[in-house]
Amino acid sequence: MKLAVNGVEHTLDIDPRTTLLDALREHLHLTGAKKGCDHGQCGACTVLLDGRRVNSCLVLAISQQDAEVTTIEGLSPHPLQEAFQEHDGFQCGYCTPGQICSAAGMLDEAAKGWPSAATPAGEEPTLSDAEIRERMSGNLCRCGAYANMVPAIAEVAGR
Amino acid sequence: MKTFEYTPATEIGEAVGALGPDAAFLAGGTNLVDLMKLGVATPDTLVDINRLPLRDVEELPGGGLRIGAGVRNSDLAAHPVVRRDFPVLSQALLAGASGQLRNMATTGGNLLQRTRCRYFMDMTKPCNKHEPGTGCPAREGDHRNLAILGASEHCVATHPSDMAVALAALDATVHVTGPVGDRTVLFGDLHRLPGDTPHIDTTLEHGELITGVDLPAPSRNSAYRKARDRASYAFAVGSVAAVLDTAEGRIENVRIAWGAVAHKPWRATRAEEALRGQAPTRENFLAAADAELAAAEPLRDNGFKLALLRNMTATVLEGLA
Repeated sequence: MKLAVNGVEHTLDIDPRTTLLDALREHLHLTGAKKGCDHGQCGACTVLLDGRRVNSCLVLAISQQDAEVTTIEGLSPHPLQEAFQEHDGFQCGYCTPGQICSAAGMLDEAAKGWPSAATPAGEEPTLSDAEIRERMSGNLCRCGAYANMVPAIAEVAGR
Repeated sequence: MKTFEYTPATEIGEAVGALGPDAAFLAGGTNLVDLMKLGVATPDTLVDINRLPLRDVEELPGGGLRIGAGVRNSDLAAHPVVRRDFPVLSQALLAGASGQLRNMATTGGNLLQRTRCRYFMDMTKPCNKHEPGTGCPAREGDHRNLAILGASEHCVATHPSDMAVALAALDATVHVTGPVGDRTVLFGDLHRLPGDTPHIDTTLEHGELITGVDLPAPSRNSAYRKARDRASYAFAVGSVAAVLDTAEGRIENVRIAWGAVAHKPWRATRAEEALRGQAPTRENFLAAADAELAAAEPLRDNGFKLALLRNMTATVLEGLA
């Protein structure tokens, strides 16, 4: 099968059961995306698929032969990485690649005007702290570094 | 995970024809791939339906909407017509899952997702949904988030979708195609109560494929409210979708559906009957919720849902009145 990752097309000989996450980590040795829960509950495996953030642990690699995958390695260097460092938006760092890929996808969604559950009915969204928290709720951090991630993301959002 | 064959389909007829007796359609995969990892779903073939031409949202003459089964939850929630005309649907979608999951999850797949009852998700536990006759540990076990309405001695699972609760309140219809042709299913007839066959979630036959969902012309006065154990990214412990139109101080049109209370999205028809022609007051809303909840049979640890649904229903309707 073919898999396009970070602008490079790869040919892989893999079992159909292989998730996109395992294809990236075990076959292409791109270990930025992390395996946390492996059930779509923690967000550590977040990558961009055709520019949209997804949980790579719940995607079968074989189903993505037409897609362009972007991992943290492809995104780097990114202003979100600098902002996370500046604002101390992590502790152990395990969830950070997923947080950054998710935030990058989320900023695009907000720029397109997509609402969230925190958007008041009938209004256009603005990236308030409440909006950032709601939109980033698919990424868990056991260290609890959320308080510093919010200003880091707000800075890159131009607030 | 059990091994399987992977078959991508590009045409609807091809997809339906490729589905053998132990095969499954693969849409967003956010529930199916997880269930395959857990050994709960063990298809021998996955027919990938992501390349089928089912990704459009079309406005219908007369103000309705046709939603392709492959439209992603995030795209549907952000669609300008959905936001303007069907706020209950946009709000329900945004109340569900996470940004990442909504980007993959589809309209059809969302409807066919399986219960998150912990015994169903664990193949080391007996469960009448895994294998009828093995028993239901949830009745005496962990059932805090399970059904209070329409359950049976064999199963107390709840349907987990938020989107489906909104579609129940919107009187949607579901387009289906299959080996014996096309048909249309009223939304209320799509999901079923467990009875003594709790392993069957819907009235679809094996091999039938949901191609789209139609919404009739809207009342724009609608809303969704969800209660859950944390502020975001959790399944509902109770939810309310409602549509309300009043004229001259009387309720003309009211549609109410509840989530996380039954094996299917629960249309509160008794509450609706109690409200038609009445004044839109909190007192009447509470009495209507009570009329619906009269049939409730809570378990040891989920009786709190009665007060939750009663109060949420009244508050949502008051907000629309």
